Amino acid sequence: MATIELISKRCKGCNICVAFCPKKVLELDTLGKVYVKDQGACIACGQCELRCPDYAIYVTKEEK
Amino acid sequence: MRTYEKFFRMNRLPHIWCPGCGNGIVMKAIVQAIEKAGLDQDKTVIVSGIGCSSRASGYMNFDTLHTAHGRAIPFATGIKLANPELNVIVITGDGDATAIGGNHFIHGARRNIDLTVVLFNNNIYGMTGGQASPLTPHGKKATTAPYGTVDRAFDPCQLAQAAGATFVARSTTFHVPQTVDAIVQGIGNKGFSLIETITQCPIAYGRKNKLGDAANMLKWMSEHAAPLAAYNKLSDEQKAEKFPIGVLYKGAAPEYSAEYAKLIKQAMEGKK
Ligand SMILES: Cc1ncc(C[n+]2csc(CCOP(=O)(O)OP(=O)(O)O)c2C)c(N)n1
Ligand code: SF4
Ligand code: SF4
Ligand code: SF4
Repeated sequence: MATIELISKRCKGCNICVAFCPKKVLELDTLGKVYVKDQGACIACGQCELRCPDYAIYVTKEEK
Repeated sequence: MRTYEKFFRMNRLPHIWCPGCGNGIVMKAIVQAIEKAGLDQDKTVIVSGIGCSSRASGYMNFDTLHTAHGRAIPFATGIKLANPELNVIVITGDGDATAIGGNHFIHGARRNIDLTVVLFNNNIYGMTGGQASPLTPHGKKATTAPYGTVDRAFDPCQLAQAAGATFVARSTTFHVPQTVDAIVQGIGNKGFSLIETITQCPIAYGRKNKLGDAANMLKWMSEHAAPLAAYNKLSDEQKAEKFPIGVLYKGAAPEYSAEYAKLIKQAMEGKK
């Protein structure tokens, strides 16, 4: 399991995190901000956080 | 919240860069490298020139200088000579470093002065709306090259190496951990270090050249960059389609501020 933290006021809707998420967890809403569509599918790979140019998404792996 | 955020001026975020601009990725790589290298925040100075990329210094929580176009290396040289204890990191764009600042760039390398130069290469003058720079690839479009540029591009890594730099690396905004690692190694080198980071400008470069959105430009980097060892095994034909990344050159040469300090000592005390 993973926690995905979004800092919406920094998100510019560039779509990088959406495009690189291997599990299609993320999507842009009608205002062009990212939101978590399928939290359960997240594998905490960190690809979204890695290349977000705006430091608007953080993923933390939860210890079981 | 991440530990490297202490190196950002958080009240200045969000930054001004366009959606998808790679500059934010490179700026994060720099602060992560500073953290990894264990540099003292109070003994680290960030010096930038002018351009979209050079605005990074304004978001970074160190002593920072946002200087004149092309002149980051001369300012950084002055800082390093005035106080050689300082870690001096230079942020520069492709136009800043290789057009208006081209002379300063080669002479900084020639002196092998201990600066870590992170060149944000977006292949274009971003800030002024997309004029061709000396790093715009041959045939690519710019506002000043509507039919594609006739000029051939510099290879800034070969340029720095030939001029005397003692550490030369290339990375991309797709390859974030490798970029961090290259900057850490550049900081560790006591001499002139260049880390060229290929970064996407989807607005002033990508759009004009129909390269798709920022994610597409990142995918292009992942498909066309080859680690140096793998690149060296390619045929000439295959090489034309790729570019090498990683540490491209390491050399040894006397470092300028240390040599200068010796000279000062000699002038003050005489030589026995
Ligand atoms: C002496 C001087 N000449 C020209 C300019 C106008 N100018 C501002 S930024 C820039 C080019 C920036 O391109 P680059 O260095 O590649 O940085 P980028 O914006 O792409 O990050 C120019 C020509 C200036 N500010 N000062
Ligand atoms: S990469 Fe960052 S800025 Fe871009 S859409 Fe995702 S969260 Fe928003
Ligand atoms: S951590 Fe990986 S799987 Fe989870 S949202 Fe980010 S990119 Fe997708
Ligand atoms: S013009 Fe290009 S380099 Fe400048 S902020 Fe926009 S995307 Fe980035």
